[in-house]
Parts: sequence; C-alpha cells; structure tokens
Amino acid sequence: MNKENHQVLLEIKDLHKEYDTRTVLDGIHLRVHKGEVIVVLGPSGCGKSTLLRCLNGLESIQGGDIQFNGESLVGSNVNWQKTRQKIGMVFQNYDLFPHMTVIENILLGPIKVQKREKKEVMEQATQLLERVGLSDRKDSYPRQLSGGQKQRIAIVRALCMNPEIMLFDEVTAALDPEMVREVLDVILGLAKQGMTMMIVTHEMGFAQAVADRILFIDEGKVCEMSEPKEFFTNPKTERAQQFLNIFQF
Amino acid sequence: MQNLGINVLFEGTTLQRLFEGLMMTAGIAFLSIIIGSFLGVGMGLLRTSKSKVVQFICRFYLEVFRIIPILVWLFIVYFGVTNALDIHLDGEIVAVIVFSLWGAAEMGDIVRGALESLPKHQIESGKAIGLSFWGLYRYVLIPQAVRRMLPGAINLSTRMVKTTSLVVMIGVIDVVKVGQQIIERSVIKVPTASFWVYGLIFILYFIICYPLSTLSKKLEAKWEN
Repeated sequence: MNKENHQVLLEIKDLHKEYDTRTVLDGIHLRVHKGEVIVVLGPSGCGKSTLLRCLNGLESIQGGDIQFNGESLVGSNVNWQKTRQKIGMVFQNYDLFPHMTVIENILLGPIKVQKREKKEVMEQATQLLERVGLSDRKDSYPRQLSGGQKQRIAIVRALCMNPEIMLFDEVTAALDPEMVREVLDVILGLAKQGMTMMIVTHEMGFAQAVADRILFIDEGKVCEMSEPKEFFTNPKTERAQQFLNIFQF
Repeated sequence: MQNLGINVLFEGTTLQRLFEGLMMTAGIAFLSIIIGSFLGVGMGLLRTSKSKVVQFICRFYLEVFRIIPILVWLFIVYFGVTNALDIHLDGEIVAVIVFSLWGAAEMGDIVRGALESLPKHQIESGKAIGLSFWGLYRYVLIPQAVRRMLPGAINLSTRMVKTTSLVVMIGVIDVVKVGQQIIERSVIKVPTASFWVYGLIFILYFIICYPLSTLSKKLEAKWEN
C-alpha cells in the first residue's frame, strides 16, 4: 500500500544530536506520512532509540528541525505537554506506574492532562482493553501482570490519549520470547487500522510484516530507506547486508 | 501504705501535672513533625533541583543542622536570636521553630533519597502522557516516594518526640521536667519515687511513639497490596 501521497505528519530535516562531543545522530532526514508505519533498524548504539526520544522531546537536539503537523518542535517555546498528547510513546521497560491499578494508569493522562469526562474515557479504555484482551485485569496492579500484559497495558495507556502517531522503542526487547507475540499482534492490529507509527525493533520477521518502509540507521546516519521486501531480500548497502546476516544462522 | 512507692503517682495532682507535661511534649513534637514534614517535602524537591546553587544551599542547611547539636540550636534561638532582634519568644515557640527546621532538614534528605531512588523511566513515561512538572510530581513521583520514605520518616518522627526532652533547658515544662519536680518534692518521704515517676514517663513516651510505628507498619502493609 502506497501512503506516500498521504499528508505528511512528521518531517525530520537534517537532525543532529550530540552527547558532549560524541555525535549520535548525524543529519537524519525523514518524512512520515499519515497512516505510514516506519520501522527503524540498525545495530546497537546506532542512534535509533535516540531518534525516537528526540521526537518526543525527551532528548534535546543540536541541529536541524522536526516538524509535526507543520509546526516546529525545535526551540524553547515548544509546548511539549500539548505535543506529547499527540505523540504516544511506549518504552522498552513498560513503565506503568506501580502504585496505580491498570485502569488508573490508563485514565491518568486523559483525565488529569486532557481534562476529559471520566465516563467517556472509561468507555474508550474498556474498549481498548478488550481489544488487547485484558478487560479482566482492569483493577490489577502492574506487579500482578506478566511482562507482555504490562506492555499491552502501556500501549493502551498511550492510545487512550488519542495520539496521531505512536512511537515504539524496542517494546519487546525486555520480554520473554513467548510473550513477544501477544505484544506484536497488538501493534499489527494498530497498523491495520491505519495508525501512524515509528517502531524500533529487533524482531526482523515482525519488521517485515508491519513496515511500509524500513529506515536503516548506522552510526547516526540513514544508510538505507526502502520497502521491507526490498530491504530484506536485496539490501543495497554492504552495512545493511552485514546487519541482516547477523540474524541468520 | 507508707512503703508502697507507687502511691507517689496518685498523690494530689501528680497525675494531672504529668499529663499536662505530656501534652506539652506531644504538642511540640507533633506540631514540629507536621510543619517539618511539609517543609521537608519542599526541601526534598529543591534538593533534586538541577541548579548547583540551590543544591549547595540546601546541602549547607542540612549539614548545619546535623553538625550543631539541637540543644545548641535551642540556645541560639532562645537566647541569641531573640536578643539580637530584641523580641521575646516563649520557650514553646522556640522549641517548635527549632524542631520544625531540624525536621525539615532531615525530612528533606529522606524525601530526596526516595525521589532519587525512583527509576528514571517513571519520569519519562509520565512526561510521555503529557504530564506537567507539577502533575508529574503530584501523581507519579511523590506518591511513590512517600511509600519509600515511610520507614525513615517514622524513625525521624520518633527521634523528634524523644529529643523534645531537651526543651527543659530553655524553661519549657515538659513531661520530664514535671517528673523531676515531683521526685524532688517527694524523694525524702518516698526514696523510690524516681523509679516510679521515670517508669511512668517511660510508659508515656512509649504511648506516644508506639502508635507511630504501628501506623507505619499498617501503611506499609496496605501499600504492599
């Protein structure tokens, strides 16, 4: 499915990110269209997680521009509180708030930040929980859940804010193998519904299944940007070939 | 009945006076614990500030209270500050001021420790759902920090209750002072008076402090679920 004609939701121009003197991202360009799923691949430490974190204002950037819905996210007058409501993010360590039940975790943002009606949010939360198959765990505490369940709740928590784009930062990396699938299925479901997403992952099969485009980053630079089929069968750069070989025994 | 020393406790207004002394002790202690806790939370937040200047000032404040004995603080404020500013402050007021400031310093350190022990991810996932700085503290960080700091805070509170016995030195009639007065009056007639009076005071301190540690156990058990 070609989504290149869709409206551009997120545009990254010549993004530079440095920690002290070390360059982490070195001139990244990317356009994310509405409904598009971009999977970001690359070796450890190549800057792919940092890229996602920059998009959500969790990291400062040293150069370039990020535009979300045509508005720049660079500079000191960005209203991150407002922007983050539209850019959902799920982390590797499924950071639910341990002192709150599942439903309290989900309702916190919509009610306290977005000031929405409890009844309406509750309905949405119940639907979302049903969709990820966890409606019976509404009143559980995070520690009573498995890793996979926690991660699905974290996804629901982000979705309940009605974001326009979702960022997934290695969401299955901390999970036991048998729990990876249940989380990936939820993300696949989101892709089918047309959610715009940027996904950092090490699950190659999943990447191929879910992605509209693969962004391959190495040493802070975009090495390759292609459709998944092409990337996995016929990578253009040597670096990408080497990377893919690691995953084959 | 002459040789039953315990009767010393039931003569005249002895019990009533001891009770009044106890109220003074408990009053100073609880008022200081409450004021100190509120100031301490603010102090703890300041101590996690990124500003080096703020950090230094807070750290200095804490060390000043740790290094100088509380008794000296009581003297400084009761005699020194009142003299310098040419005002009069009752011993009770001075006691509450000093204990509150001490409580704030120590509580600030406990709050800081609890906040810093929280995983960094909690801050990030709070930010990611659009929480403001205050929202983040109010809904995510402080509720979790309170659970972690409870044992230390209760320990500090009982220490504050016990240290109030120093207020005698600035003329406040607390439960220990009342006890001394009673013993002095009756020790010739009843040689064992100090045993009974201090024995009762021991029990009275226990009565103040025990509910605190029970409360802490209850809360810990509650939050465990």
